[in-house]
Amino acid sequence: MGMQFGIFTVGDVTADPTTGKTPTEYERIKATVAIAKKAEEIGLDVFATGEHHNPPFIASNPTATLAYIGAQTERIILSTATTLITTTDPVLIAEDYAKLQHLTDGRVDLMMGRGNTGPVYPWFGKDIRQGINLAIENYALLRQLWTETNVDWKGRFRTPLQGYTSTPRPLDGVAPFVWHGSIRSPEIAEQAAYYGDGFFHNHIFWPASHTQQMVRLYRQRWEHYGHGSPETAIVGLGGQFFMRKNSQDAIDEFRPYFDNAPVYGHGPSLEDFSEATPLTVGSPQQVIERTLSFREYVGDYQRQLFLLDHAGLPLKTVLEQLDLLGEILPTLRSEFESVRAPGVPDAPTHASLVAKAGGPTDTAIYGVGDDATGTSDRESVLEGEL
Amino acid sequence: MTALDRPDRRKRRIAVVSAGLSVPSSTRLLADMLADASVGAVEARGVEVEVQHIELRGLAHALTDNLLTGFPSPELAAVIDAVRHADGVIAVTPVFSASYSGLFKTFFDVLELGVLDGKPVLAAATAGSVRHSLVIDHALRPLFSYLHAVVVPTGVFAATDDFAGPGVAGEGELKKRVDRAAGEFAAMMAGPTGMAVAPPATRHLVEDEFEHPTSFEDLLRRASDGPPAY
Repeated sequence: MGMQFGIFTVGDVTADPTTGKTPTEYERIKATVAIAKKAEEIGLDVFATGEHHNPPFIASNPTATLAYIGAQTERIILSTATTLITTTDPVLIAEDYAKLQHLTDGRVDLMMGRGNTGPVYPWFGKDIRQGINLAIENYALLRQLWTETNVDWKGRFRTPLQGYTSTPRPLDGVAPFVWHGSIRSPEIAEQAAYYGDGFFHNHIFWPASHTQQMVRLYRQRWEHYGHGSPETAIVGLGGQFFMRKNSQDAIDEFRPYFDNAPVYGHGPSLEDFSEATPLTVGSPQQVIERTLSFREYVGDYQRQLFLLDHAGLPLKTVLEQLDLLGEILPTLRSEFESVRAPGVPDAPTHASLVAKAGGPTDTAIYGVGDDATGTSDRESVLEGEL
Repeated sequence: MTALDRPDRRKRRIAVVSAGLSVPSSTRLLADMLADASVGAVEARGVEVEVQHIELRGLAHALTDNLLTGFPSPELAAVIDAVRHADGVIAVTPVFSASYSGLFKTFFDVLELGVLDGKPVLAAATAGSVRHSLVIDHALRPLFSYLHAVVVPTGVFAATDDFAGPGVAGEGELKKRVDRAAGEFAAMMAGPTGMAVAPPATRHLVEDEFEHPTSFEDLLRRASDGPPAY
């Protein structure tokens, strides 16, 4: 399939600075669905949603959103950007995303992230100063819950588990592929490399030098942990553009959104920020060229996600941006393909992971009566003993 | 003769951070006096020294952008790097509303924690009135203590009178204080044991982690090391 292209959303509810109009939560939630469906329509491979538990976002409960989108799409991979591995109970993540796998026939993967909003942590009984430790312990448990039944577990950040089996079991006995996202924490690149998981760099709010340094470390450690040569590591990048046929039109139209954007607004100029980060505001050809340049500092990579619906851009504009992206998508695909070094793997999908596992397996525990402890009497039932 | 007693002849680097706003400013004037005196005091110990002047005025926009975006512009990054690699820092601020100026503070706000660990810092300030002289001890020392810098015992405060009086460049009172501070600063940076104080424990910077990543086994062990937090 080659490189994957997609979009990611953070689900911000932001006033349109050109009209002063703020969408309602209802409008924003429905817009998110419309954007995801459009993403499939123009041929994108991935739609990913963020997770936030505070205003001005509508990105709580990501699996409900993804399942709803999954029911109205056929092909697009549903992912997250990011799943809060720090403040969400790994027991719930294990259940929710395995369920989503079943509902969408395996069109699911996840990106783990820590979340950087300090006040959110205590709402979930956590402490932001333990962010790295939470990400590490919680993820280790999540993996165990996906790969093992009857789990006995004891750790620092949640109550112990005894004889716990997460249900439903991952579809076909194969857990969703996991990416780890981090801007500037080498520990997370280390974690992704250790497990042979993917590493995603947000890329969009920071200079390329940060991205390059993190990806380089991840690739080195990928090799260190025996997963293969550095070029075989699984890398994803964020990106951000606003395009119009005429580049000056793009700049004029996007500037008020840029100047008032929640993250970088009222700071550097559009021009300075475009130079310092991957933000590209201009013609379709400029977006193609800039995007192709990313591989010059991270190497051949597997997944490119763009942030399009933010900073108060109205739905109509976002859908127009998607149409334009659809027009350059064949060029992006063929250009990346033509320069890709041989031996660089695709990002794992459910199908490829099942194949790698030697075919589907069913790890579910079937039983009648009280199986709270996970002991199964299915065999006895099948054999007519009970 | 132990390794600690062996004179360290390595060239020293001094970063001079000054936050004056006008040109010429008395803050920059004091910074220059301190830099010149420090160069003399270090060279008197037979050690070469290199000075880099950092005027924050030209970085005012970049500093605000860094607060908002979380990363420095290339120009600001180069200046932060100079401070990171300096053997000692001379920091000079004008007094604004009874403390260091916002511009001065912003520079230290955007430094990664650990950059100043154990670094000798000569703190100095200028003001229109001598009644602000305690700003060194009430504002600058606490700031640099928090940043784990080693602050030179003598801080230098200069009011308008110090510059207006006779013999400023020569044998005035200000010059005496500058020389005393520079002497102490030089002893910390280039004394016979390299530092007049015990080598400090320095914090692990992000850059160090890229150089020497902590193995995942250690991260895993560390993650769950501690009493239950649920």
